[in-house]
Parts: sequence; C-alpha cells; structure tokens
Amino acid sequence: MSLYTQLRRAPLSAKFGLLVILLYVLVALFAPLVAPFGETEVVGEGFAPWGGQFLLGTDNLGRDMFSRLVYGARNTLGIAFLTTVLAFALGGFCGLVAAIRGGWIDQGMSRVVDILMAIPQLIFALLILSVVGTTTTSLVLVIALLDATRVFRLSRAVAMSVVVQDFVEAARLRGEGLWWLVTREVLPNAAAPLIAEFGLRFCFVFLFISALSFLGLGIQPPTADWGSMVRDNAVLITFGDVSPLLPALAVALITVSVNFVVDWVLHKSSGLKEC
Amino acid sequence: MNSLCKLLAQRLALGLLSLLAVSVIIFLAVGMLPGDVAQAMLGQAATPETVAALRLQLGLDQPALTRFFHWGWQLLQGDLGVSLANQRPIAELIGARLGNTFSLALLAALVSVPLALLLGMLAALYRNSWFDRLLNTSALSAVSFPEFFVAYILILVFAVKLAWLPSISNLSPDASLGEVLERSLLPVLTLSLVVVAQMMRMTRASLINLLASPYIEMARLKGIGQARIIFRHALPNALAPIVNVVALNLAYLVVGVVVVEVVFVYPGLGQLLVDSVAKRDIPVVQACSLIFAATYILLNTSADVLSIASNPRLMHPKG
Amino acid sequence: MSDKNNKITQAMPDGGLPRREFLKYSAAAATFAGAFSLGLPMPGWAEQATPKAGGTLRMGLAGGSTTDSRDPGTWADTFTFVGFSAVYNTLSEISVDGTAIPELAERWESTPDAKVWTFFLRQGVTFHDGKSLDAGDVVASIQHHLGEKSTSAAKTVLGDVAVVRAQDAATVVFELHSGNADFPYVVADYHLVIMPAKDGAADWQAGTGTGGYRLKHFEPGVRMDLVRSPDYWKPGRAHFASAELLSIADGAARVNALVTGQVDVINKVDLKTVALLKRNPQLVIEETKGAQHYTFPMLCDAAQFQDNNVRLALKHAIDRQALLTSVLYGYGQIGNDHPIQPGSRFINTALEQRVYDADKARFYLKQAGMDSLKVRLQASDAAYTGAVDASVLFKEQARKAGIDIDVVREPADGFFTNVWMKQPFTTSFWYSSLTADRMFSIGYAKGAAWNETHWDNPRFNQLLNAARGEMNAPLRQEMYNEMQALCRDDGGAIVPLFASSVAARSRRVMHGGVTAPYGELDGLRLIERWWQA
Repeated sequence: MSLYTQLRRAPLSAKFGLLVILLYVLVALFAPLVAPFGETEVVGEGFAPWGGQFLLGTDNLGRDMFSRLVYGARNTLGIAFLTTVLAFALGGFCGLVAAIRGGWIDQGMSRVVDILMAIPQLIFALLILSVVGTTTTSLVLVIALLDATRVFRLSRAVAMSVVVQDFVEAARLRGEGLWWLVTREVLPNAAAPLIAEFGLRFCFVFLFISALSFLGLGIQPPTADWGSMVRDNAVLITFGDVSPLLPALAVALITVSVNFVVDWVLHKSSGLKEC
Repeated sequence: MNSLCKLLAQRLALGLLSLLAVSVIIFLAVGMLPGDVAQAMLGQAATPETVAALRLQLGLDQPALTRFFHWGWQLLQGDLGVSLANQRPIAELIGARLGNTFSLALLAALVSVPLALLLGMLAALYRNSWFDRLLNTSALSAVSFPEFFVAYILILVFAVKLAWLPSISNLSPDASLGEVLERSLLPVLTLSLVVVAQMMRMTRASLINLLASPYIEMARLKGIGQARIIFRHALPNALAPIVNVVALNLAYLVVGVVVVEVVFVYPGLGQLLVDSVAKRDIPVVQACSLIFAATYILLNTSADVLSIASNPRLMHPKG
Repeated sequence: MSDKNNKITQAMPDGGLPRREFLKYSAAAATFAGAFSLGLPMPGWAEQATPKAGGTLRMGLAGGSTTDSRDPGTWADTFTFVGFSAVYNTLSEISVDGTAIPELAERWESTPDAKVWTFFLRQGVTFHDGKSLDAGDVVASIQHHLGEKSTSAAKTVLGDVAVVRAQDAATVVFELHSGNADFPYVVADYHLVIMPAKDGAADWQAGTGTGGYRLKHFEPGVRMDLVRSPDYWKPGRAHFASAELLSIADGAARVNALVTGQVDVINKVDLKTVALLKRNPQLVIEETKGAQHYTFPMLCDAAQFQDNNVRLALKHAIDRQALLTSVLYGYGQIGNDHPIQPGSRFINTALEQRVYDADKARFYLKQAGMDSLKVRLQASDAAYTGAVDASVLFKEQARKAGIDIDVVREPADGFFTNVWMKQPFTTSFWYSSLTADRMFSIGYAKGAAWNETHWDNPRFNQLLNAARGEMNAPLRQEMYNEMQALCRDDGGAIVPLFASSVAARSRRVMHGGVTAPYGELDGLRLIERWWQA
C-alpha cells in the first residue's frame, strides 16, 4: 500500500489528528511570518480587547496575545518533541537491550533506573534545576533523563514478554547479534505499547513543564510557552475568564490529535484485521 | 512458589540498597545547591556573624561526610533526627502529613484503578465504536490539561458555582471522618481524573494487542464470545504492562501530588518536601525522600513480582 | 518557592507618618521626657464604633512555611507575624495613625542625646500561665536577639543596643552605642515580643505571651488556632472568641477560599483578580499603601556607571507610571529614586518628581560623551513578582532614549547570593524600614552590608551620622531632605515603584474604618483590632 492510499483509508480521527499536527508544525516553523508582532515586543496598552489591531487582545504588559500563542507553539512543541525523542532514544534502547541481554547488564541498568525513579520526579527536577539553573537546555536534558527512566521500564517490561517467545530464542540460536535482535525481533513486537506511550509521554512533557512553572522553575519569562501561560492566568478561571483557556486548549488539541494518530498507527501495527 | 519467595527476598534486599543510594544522591544534591540552611533561614537579613553562629549551632561546621554518617547512624537506631530549620523532631513533623498523603492516595486509587480497568476493558471490547472514541477523547482531554488547571475547573464548578464542596481541604484537628472525606473529595477527584487516562489507555492497548495473537484467533474461531475472550483469555496475558502502569500511577499518587496539595491546601508530605528543599533542611528532605523512595520501591517490586508470577514462561525461564 | 530571600526581615509596618502627625510628634519630642504618658492617653485604642464580641476570625494567609517555628528570631513572613502578634505584645505599638504608642511599656523617656532610653512597664499585666510581667522578662526577651551567638533576624535591628538592663522590677534601661531619636519605633518591631523569662532566658517554646489570644495549636505551614485569653489587660481589643489562621501559599486557592466563604480574610491578593473581586458585593478590598519598594541598583564603582551622567540617563529613561499600571495594576505609588515612601513622615515634599523624559536621557548621555549606550540588566523574579516583566518594559522604554538594555534572566534560587551586589545592573527590592535613618544606614551608607549600589557620597555619609542623634526634629528633617535629594541626583539606585499590600475581607468581619497606614492587615494586628459584623 502506498503512503497515499494508507492516508486516504485512515479513519476520520486520524485524518483530523494529522491535519492539526501539520498545522501546528507549520505555525511553529513559520512563527515569525504568522505572528503579527514579536514574541516579547510591547506593542500596546495592557489588556486590550479582542479584535481590531490585536486579534486576541494583549496581555497585562501590552504584548500581543496571538503572537505570544504562535511563538508559544514553536517553543512548547519544539521542547516537548526534542525531550520525548531524547527520552525514547535513550530509555527505549536501554530497555530493549536490558531485556534481551539479561544478566548483569539488565540488573545493573534496572537498579540504576530504579534508584533514579525512586526519587520523586518533581523533586529531582527541582533539585537539579536549582543546581544547574533553569535554562531551556537544562530543562530539556533533565526532563528527558527523567522520562527515559519511565520509558526504560516500560520497554523492558514489554520486551521481556517478547524475548521469552520462541522466535527470539530461535534468532538467538541462529547467533544473531544484539542489534539484529533489537531492531528485527523484539522492537517490531514491542512497538505497539511503546508507540502508545510516546503519544502520552509527549503530552506529559507539556504538563511537567507547566507543573514546574507552578513551582517557579518552568520556562522563564519573557519566553512564551503554553505551560507557563496557563499557569500565569490560571487564577482567572474562577472568575470565568477565558484567557487561560486559550493556551490550555492549544495543548489539549495537540494532545488529542497526536494520540488520534498514535491510535491509528497502533491499530495498523497490531495487525488486527477486523475493523 | 519457592522461586517466588527467593525472588521477593532478592528484590527487597535490592530495594534497601536502592534506598541507601537514594539517600546518598539526595544528600549530595542538596549539598550542591547554592547556599545552605543557615543562609536560607536568615535570608537576606543574614550578616556574616549570624550565618556563622547559626552554622555552628546546627553543626554545619562538621564535614559533610561526618554529618552523613551521623545521620545514618541515628536512622539505624530509628531516630529521624530533628529539623534544622525549626528544631522539631522529624518523626513528629512527618507523622500527620504522612497519614494525610497515604489516605489521599488510597482514596484516589480506590476510585481510579477499578474505573480505569473497567473502562479500558470496555473500550477494548467495543473498540472503534463511538463509545470507545468518546471515552478515548475525553480521557485524552482530561489528561492533557495541567493538574492545577483541572483542579481550578473542578473548584469553579463544585465549590464556586454549585457550592457543594469546599475549595480547600481544611483538615482541622477536630474534624470528623465524614468532614475529612468531604474536604478531601475534590483533591481525590482531581487526582483520579489525572491518572485514569493513562491506566485506561494501557489496558485497552495491551488487550487489543493481544487480540491479534493466534490463540485468541483460535478462541474466536471456537465461537467464544467477545467478552469472555477479553476477560478470560486476553486479560491474564496482558497483565504485565497493566500492572506496571498501575504501579507507576499508584506511586505517583503518593509522591507526585505536590501541585494538588498546593491548590487544595492539603497538608501532605509533598509541600513539606518542597519547603524543606527551599530551606536546605537536609534531614527533612532525606526523611521525606526515603519515605517516597520506599513507597516507590515497594510498589515497583510488587508489580515486578506480579507480572512475573502472571507469566509462566518468566516463572520458569528456559535454560 | 517560598524562599523569597527577604532582604530585610526587619520588614516593619513602617512607622511613617502623614505630615500633620509628624508635627505633633516633633512637638512631643521637643518637650520630651514622658510626653506620651502625659499628653496622649492611649490614643489608638479608643474605637468609635461599638465592636461586637465573639465569633471566629478565619484567615487564609500567604507567607507561611513548614519550616516556621515559635522562636521569634526566626519569624520571616506574614503568617507568623500576624499569628504571634496576637499571642504576644511588644513594648510599644504602632497605632492606626502610624505613631508609636505605649503597649507593655506605659511610658518612656530618654537622655537629650537619645543614647539612654528608659521604659516604664505597665503594672498588673500577666502571661497566659498567670505569671506577672516584670523587667526580667523584658530583658530576657530582648537579649534573646542579642549577643554573639544570636541568629535572630532582629539582631541588626538592635545593632545599636550596647546594654539592656532591669533598673528595678518595673523599669528597663537601654544604653545605645550612638543616639537614636526613633528608638520607641525600634522596640515596636514584631520580632521583639515579650516572652516570660525562665532561668534567665526567654522561654519561646511554651508560646505563652501577654497578648489577647492563647496559642491553642500551631502546625507550621498548615494552621494556627488561637482562643481569646479571658483576662486580656488591654481595653477595647480582642473581640473575636477565637481565630484560625490557614497557610495558603497558592494565590488562586486563597481567592477561592475567600469567594466560597471558607475564610474571612486573605492577604496578597493576586493583582490580576482585584478588579474582578471588587464586583463581588460580599467582599471588600483593603489596600495598604506600601513602603516596600522595587529598585534597579547600578554599581557606582562599575566602569559603566562611574559617570553619574550615565546613571541620570537611565533614571530618565524609565516610565514609572507605565510600570505602575502594568506591573502593579495601579496598586502602588511611583518612586523618586530615593527609598523614602510618599506619605512617610520623613518624605521631602519639595523634591520634584522625576518623570520619563527620553530627551533628557539623551542629553545626559551626551554629557557622558556617548551617543548610545548598551547595558546588561540581570533580572530575576526573586526580587519581586514581575521583576522580569518590569525589566522587559524598561528595555522597551529606554530604547526610545537610545539606550539598549539587554535583559538577562537569572535563576531565582541564589540570586541574592550570586548576582545581586556583584553584577553591575540588577533587580532588587526592599521592605521598608521603621525609620529613614535605618533605611539609609543599611542600604545607602558607605560600607553598609547591603549598600546595593556601592555608593559612596561623603556629604551623604556625614549627614547620616549627624541626623541619627539629632533630637531637634525640624533640623533633622532638613538633613533627611538633603539626603533624599542626594540619593535622587547622585545615587546608584533607580527606584521606580512603591508597592501596596492588597488584602481582601468578607463583610462578615469589619474594623473601625481606619487601618494602620503601613504593614498589611491593619499593621499585622487585625486579630485583636477587628470584629465580626
């Protein structure tokens, strides 16, 4: 099946998801062209109403809300994507290797991960970020490392039930190398739960950053990011104000979309014939 | 079952080692933070003399290694020590908060785990139906909002608009059990909403994954009903990843709820830990971290043992 | 993070006075010896309205921490300040009109050089456990903060005190290193509560005071419960039967608790929500014009800022009014590049307000021999909420004057240890001090521990020493006037804003109509001053 036919036959939800993701990616890539004003530029009075010169009004400092949202897409998506990929590359690979090799390699890596995971995630992040400083780079690396432990555990667990199956045993007896075992035997059979996890992990990064913002350690002003924007205005929710809803909805929409696509991929890879 | 006992003992021993490693890491990490408890306590009011005096008073002039061993020795004797910041015994400082944290986690688990498993199975059973899609989309939406956002929305609805529940968990010492339950309801609801989605989706994904295997195909060809296939044939084999996700989420309910504690003013351990980190109060940070780490390790070990016990092939590895 | 690095924990509800009151005070000072005991019979305590007794005052307060303790030397934020000021009393009290009035001291007097102060204690006052108050308790309580081993936050407040001793059972004498005409304001500091002496040391563990309320339960970072003391000595005070303080760190949670009626009073209202709260007819906003101020300190010995023309250029390149609107939502007052707040009894009313003037800024740059200027501003919200926002706004405003400010955000943790006073241009804040002398001494004098601009102006330092022991109030004010002008025109700190404290109360509780001019929540004394409606 060509990619095109696959796409055409995709369920509506997946098409919707792909469309949204594409839109977000375009906005993120071309943020300076889409946004009418700069990310941190003060362009008018504070709290200007919607419409007119400022599409979604301005924030308390007089920065254009719409431009902030657009730049927020770039910062938030970029960071979340980078972090998740890093976490999966590190955690997923190590998890598979641990499951296949077993023995002291498995024991060693599992213990290290156990120790890292035993320290509450938020506290660990809080400690490290306080030591190294809250730059975007350190944020990405710290969250990726913390997430990698979760991914490791899952990928190892999933791979464990694969490696005991006969075809892996057969490959082992054939004398296949580690790389072959990982990429050809185990990964394809362990992919489904991992892909499902990727979708959720990707979204958890937003949430983790906004939780850090809540404790004062997230992406720092004046950088626009959705997690901090939700946090900054969350107090207004009680008064029925919609402004905190905008970035929150932006996050929710991308989360749902990513997972729609993930579900579709999952469904296809599961080999289920029925629909 | 003998091998299982051996495994259990082995895991517990490893758990203890992990605890030791955690305490070393935490000790080092807190030590690496800029400033110490004396500076943090005195804040910008500090003068060199008061800082020096406070350091002497708290024994911070001792080398780090000495302090660590002293702390370890006390711990082995069952003494958690006293808080550097306010000189209260840590056991007393933690006591009530520990109970609060565990009861909150327990309540949230009682609500969310059965719900997640049930919904996950139903979603797998009626996969790709409108019911599945609706469930999936709402679970995803719930999980895609930050915790504090969910909490504020619940407060807006149940406390501000409907006035059914209090917006803060004012657990006064003389509150009755009923009052405590009522005042904990909103945090429990928030946490449940946050953790249900992941567990539900994993249940569904694992089940659906198995539904493609030959033995299920076989069962289906034999004419066994969908529900029976899922509950009797698929579920036991899908337990490993499900148990793992449930364990992770249970651990999260204990150790990761500081944001919910802050929003609902719930006096749990998380807030104590965050405050103590800010004040560089090492003994308190250590005590809280050890409790959290122990909780995590216990849950994790149980999950491992359960998933091994549920898979005969792992129970009796070949060769 | 609760770690706010309070720069001066001696954050006193400032003893500033409106101009009119200042004259009254100076008259009293001129005739001195026991003026208070003669002329002003308990000025602050008489209430116009008839307060209702009973009920519970429930407060949701920011500024509590799990690391709080009963030791007054460690009190660092609103929660302990408010709670314990109901349990304890101090020697003097700052009344609702901002003057120091007698509390546990019935009256006081000093030598003409203001170096020796004698406090005469009120008779018949007992602690909650029945022990009666005597001079030994006062001496032990003050000494709790003194001495080499002291780690008290109030140690620097009492830096002038050489000796404190009991002359007899009802008289306490303070001998100072140098004269201090404002000493009655110093002993009103809320750290300096009077505790019972036990074996010669102050017994803070028991939580037993002479105040209107007994400490029933205190769980640091969570709650404090107080019940009225049946035999409180002060007439017309302590109306509630009990008080409940809840520590609520999250701003939204505080607002929710107030709106849903779970508490009656909250402090530190998120300024974004004030306008919305005002629409609720059940609620009243209580703004206290603050003495807390925000600064952008420039190090005067840094190469870039050595030339005063550069400093003046930057001082003219900031739009104070715009900052007030954006950062403080209007809840504050604009500053004039010196640390004395508008409305204080020490303010130089003749000093012209500096305004945003890009042309003048350019002019001063020219004077310094420059066409344009590029500076780096190291900002952090550790200084105050919105410090980074304020810096970004400043950057936009200064651009019009040809000044390019590069705003670099610094991590909050460790900001005051690693960046402040070490880098040439940073953000900072000050709680106000009790008196002009103290503010100038700790923040502006040469060699002072927190001289955040490394400013060294000989004339200023000379005036500061001369004014400290000057008992002639008009003469002293003249010196303070000149010192403010020096700060404004030569100093290294840009002082754009004074911030108000904004609290809110439900109409279920009320007060006499006037609250203390400085210090949030009626000078932190709402528990004994307010009553149920």
